[in-house]
Amino acid sequence: MKRFDYLKAGSVAEAVSALAAHPKARLIAGGTNLVDLMKYDVEAPGLLVDINGLDLKRIEESENGTRIGALVTNSDLAYHPGINRRFPLLASALLAGASPQLRNAATAGGNLNQRTRCYYFYDTATRCNKRQPGSGCDAIGGVTRIHAILGASDSCIATHPSDMCVALAALDAVVEVEGPNGRRDIPILDYHRLPGETPERDNTLSPGEMVLGIRLEGEASPRHHTYLKLRDRLSYAFALVSAAVDLKIEDGVVRRARVALGGVAHKPWRDLEAESLLVGRVPSADATDAFIARLLSGAKGQGGNDFKITLAERVIRRALRQAAAGTPQLQHEKAIA
Amino acid sequence: MLTNERRQVGRAVPRIEGPLKATGRAAYAAEHSEPGLLHGAAVPATIARGRILEIDSRAAKVAFPGIVAIYTHENRPDAAWLDRSWQDDTAPPGHTYRPLQNDRVLFDGQPVAFVVADSFENARDAAALIKVIYERDVPETDLSAKLAERYEPPKKRNGISPPPEPRGKPEQAFDEAHVTISADYFIENEHHNPMELFATTVLYGEDGSLTVYDKTQGSQNAQKFVCNVFSLKQDKVTVINAYVGGAFGSGLRPRHQLFLAVMASLDLKRSVRFEMSRRDMFYLSYRPAMHQTVSLAADAEGRLTAVMHDTVQATSRYEDYQEVVVNWSGLAYRCDNVKLTYGLAKLDAATPGDMRAPGAASGLFALESAMDELSYAAGLDPLELRRRNFVHFDQNENKQLTSKALRACYREGAARFGWERRKPAPRAMREGHELIGWGMATGIWEAQLQSAKARVRLSANGQVIVQAAASDIGTGTYTILAQIAAEALDVLVEEVSVQIGQSDLPETSVEGGSWTAASSGSAVDAACLAIRQRLLDLAQKDKASPLKEATVEEVVIRGGHLRLDVDPKASVAISELMARAGETAIEEEGEVGPDAKQMKKFASYTHSACFVEVRVDEELGLVRVTRVVSAVAAGRILNPKTARSQILGGVVMGLGMSLHEESMIDHRSGRIMNHNLAEYHVPAHADIHDIDVHFVQEFDNKASPIGVKGLGEIGICGVAAAVANAIFHATGIRIRHLPITIDKILAGDKTPTDRAA
Amino acid sequence: MPSAPPSLQTVPVTLHINGKRHDLDVAPWTTLLDLLREELKLTGTKKGCDHGQCGACTVLVDGVRINSCLSLAVMRNGAEITTIEGLGTPERMHPMQRAFVEHDALQCGYCTPGQICSAVGLVAEGHAESRAEIRELMSGNLCRCGAYTNIADAVEDVLNQQQKAAAE
Repeated sequence: MKRFDYLKAGSVAEAVSALAAHPKARLIAGGTNLVDLMKYDVEAPGLLVDINGLDLKRIEESENGTRIGALVTNSDLAYHPGINRRFPLLASALLAGASPQLRNAATAGGNLNQRTRCYYFYDTATRCNKRQPGSGCDAIGGVTRIHAILGASDSCIATHPSDMCVALAALDAVVEVEGPNGRRDIPILDYHRLPGETPERDNTLSPGEMVLGIRLEGEASPRHHTYLKLRDRLSYAFALVSAAVDLKIEDGVVRRARVALGGVAHKPWRDLEAESLLVGRVPSADATDAFIARLLSGAKGQGGNDFKITLAERVIRRALRQAAAGTPQLQHEKAIA
Repeated sequence: MLTNERRQVGRAVPRIEGPLKATGRAAYAAEHSEPGLLHGAAVPATIARGRILEIDSRAAKVAFPGIVAIYTHENRPDAAWLDRSWQDDTAPPGHTYRPLQNDRVLFDGQPVAFVVADSFENARDAAALIKVIYERDVPETDLSAKLAERYEPPKKRNGISPPPEPRGKPEQAFDEAHVTISADYFIENEHHNPMELFATTVLYGEDGSLTVYDKTQGSQNAQKFVCNVFSLKQDKVTVINAYVGGAFGSGLRPRHQLFLAVMASLDLKRSVRFEMSRRDMFYLSYRPAMHQTVSLAADAEGRLTAVMHDTVQATSRYEDYQEVVVNWSGLAYRCDNVKLTYGLAKLDAATPGDMRAPGAASGLFALESAMDELSYAAGLDPLELRRRNFVHFDQNENKQLTSKALRACYREGAARFGWERRKPAPRAMREGHELIGWGMATGIWEAQLQSAKARVRLSANGQVIVQAAASDIGTGTYTILAQIAAEALDVLVEEVSVQIGQSDLPETSVEGGSWTAASSGSAVDAACLAIRQRLLDLAQKDKASPLKEATVEEVVIRGGHLRLDVDPKASVAISELMARAGETAIEEEGEVGPDAKQMKKFASYTHSACFVEVRVDEELGLVRVTRVVSAVAAGRILNPKTARSQILGGVVMGLGMSLHEESMIDHRSGRIMNHNLAEYHVPAHADIHDIDVHFVQEFDNKASPIGVKGLGEIGICGVAAAVANAIFHATGIRIRHLPITIDKILAGDKTPTDRAA
Repeated sequence: MPSAPPSLQTVPVTLHINGKRHDLDVAPWTTLLDLLREELKLTGTKKGCDHGQCGACTVLVDGVRINSCLSLAVMRNGAEITTIEGLGTPERMHPMQRAFVEHDALQCGYCTPGQICSAVGLVAEGHAESRAEIRELMSGNLCRCGAYTNIADAVEDVLNQQQKAAAE
């Protein structure tokens, strides 16, 4: 761990100005990802800005929607009665991630900004464009079990590891950020980005911007949803493939379909055009096939992760069935309905 | 035999050190301290083969004024020159790896520099700033690419039997057989990953003596190593391993944290601790990758007519590490035509090491998978096939067995599992999206007795002290030794204080091979017998003693008295005997060792039958193990509670081996990429359903003087095959490559994805 | 902005550990785990991976279980921290500690303090009722000795005791 200065921020303004003034400043909240990366020397902030004292710990519910403060812990969010009533998909995805101890410390804002689990990103003896721009990517052609099948580039094949963000993507969340130029909203689908030539950038935050909270509008389906996660052991492991599904079904017909995939790309993967193939139809194998064909049309394996294309297909199929049937996966229930 | 059959032995006594562990008061190797203690950190090599050209520590020294020393191959203090000085009791043949010896890099993660600083953080963070420039050679780390270069180890590893000579005409019998199968089986490297980090704390005494707290399975093995390597007198070095946070074989050999910490302590004349990182532990020791081929033939009744088992196992370039992998196939079942072959292939990797049931866990995966394949080919129930091939002697060595209650394991295990309700055909049982499969396998492990000594002290007030340099790595050694002494001397377990885990206590071999309970337990029992003899001698000094004519076999200790077993009235108070002799306590040593005469005639093994239920969501490739019954025959069970835990642990590690565990190597660089517990998956709580452990009764008066055979390894033996067999029964998919992950189920019978480059 | 060179900077921190107040000057890069083990000699809290991947370092912070290895000590200024040493002593064990010993829910003992702190946290959280939920919500604590089924027994036992006590 490199040595750093420490600042306990007393206000959002102070945190933002510290971020803006120090190019090597990082915010710390739960610490579950940043401290981990600092110990591996993957992250080496010059200034650590502790935002735990800020008033960003509330979940506010109104008629229009729900606002989640950036410092709400994953546990508080997952067990919040309002979230369970309005956005059970989000609660379920949260409980699929990490462990109770990590969820008790990790925050909503930190989860949005968590970094990839790519073995090569984590191992400073390898070349990694995300860790060290321009150095190359040793993951390509290497051990690629956990890597991307969608949206990867010649520079980076890493995936985003979050479960929460997959649900947020399916729920069309909005990320509220504040920076030197004031506040702005970023739709979740624009928040995370594909690696392209600049994989060092995980998201579209501008320098000096910080996350204040996450907004969810209205209510999601109370019944027709699921978060289905497949991994290499039954708990406490990152997704090989996961799917978050939220369906609005009226009179047996799908009126709205939102499906996001985790573990497959540099960001939670959604394809709005593909989703339109599910809308206006009764849930059926045909519609599902068309949807999957479209959603995964660009899928490409890296060798060690080729199986994830088949797995993704099947996870989507099962998740859509669960959501349509109104039998969402319970995260402690390991038989998959 | 145990001198007193009453009460304590066989009772489910909660482990006596449990309260210390459960309250955080048991101190492990890195948890001893003193003011001014220095901290070490290693710089791991980031290539798997090559040379160090330059080590640049300038940045580290500038950033961290707290650095006390940086050791590399260029300035390492002198250590022993001869290989034999470096070879501990468990070393395989070859040139033992010597940390910081020269500029050569032999394996990924090899420590190339060692930083000593005033705090843990400063040592760790300074180490990260040390730049090493290498000349890289192309590493060879893929076993499958090295099969053609197999060789027979020129020198046998001490304690590891090479395969027996072939018997009968196996090839001919195979060609002429009614039914045959032949298949290849693979396992990848697996790492022990005990929860405690490897660590050594060296406290440097004013007189230059060293008190060394080390994570090891043998305090005396570690002490001898330190003395040999650094030319120190035995009385200057005490090694303590009172609490060991798991090891599973990884702590048998002295590890480089011991060498580096002692080296720095001697050089600096300061106390030093080196606690490895979890990543460092991926470069220590591992169960080696193997490629196995098993060919079986049977007659129309399912009787084996040929068994051939060939294994190529990975080792390092510098040592011929060996396990007993194929020999099990020559003694598990009756067969007169047998050919067993075993070779090594050298890779650019650290030397592998013993990991829970080394050789057997891997070899039985292949043999017991093949037996399952044969059962389908022969149209027989897998359990019935094994029953038909039961053998009551060791055909490899042509020896009688001390006992073998395997039939009872089959019978009682099958009954508990409900095996008779099994539908023979694959894919016949289903619930929801899941196919249900039932599989089984036989387990075998050697029951060994090693030389061991113990000292027991009985005080006039009934307090008992047991001492031995034995280790408890979570196995229950503390508790069973207390039980044995308590029973022999007829006191409560609470009245026995057990002092183990220190090199200056009575001589004991390393804790491993499942032999500790049999060996140290028998030594304690022998010491108690010696105490009884001493007491009888004291009694018989009195011409009027009611025990005047008694022999030691005829007397027992009961309630603080020495008395005739058959006549409670012929009794003398022990306190009185001691008072008369002017003693406040009696102390005796007991010693046991293998009986060479008996070993010529008898072989001794533990046996098990493992039954597994899996549920496979075939569409998603997901396997869940929902039931396990492990029926074990292991001689006398000293403590059903701790014994059960030993089997549970073996089964759980076996499930990890079956479904999760694999160290993933990037063969381009020869480096392990998942060197952490997030990406090297050991089973978590959610993976483990209830496990039924059943001990069948087995009386054995030859395996060891106290009738114990040992339990540390047998729990894992056969588990991986039972899981693979259950998966076949569920799905009709035969997976011959561990671990059985989602991708392999999705690939079905096709060749599984090649994980690495 | 802080002006002292980073490696010399410490931050005053007050922690209430096992009921005792500690006023400390802590380097900002010191984790709560290293502070407990190295500085305060509370070595009951274990280091098994140092990266939040095993749960051996679990402690209760303001009653909530977290991985102390991923928390910098400075982030917890003012917190009430309970470690395994604060739950009970060998002579007076916490009911969860007693249940672990009785059910042989430990072997080598190294993951045990983390398992116990985690289990105490689990009971307080109140989200585990079934065996499956216990298993899932204890999954942040790895045990390489494989004591899982006995740990589940111990946790279930304490949960049942509590429910019984609440019903009476």
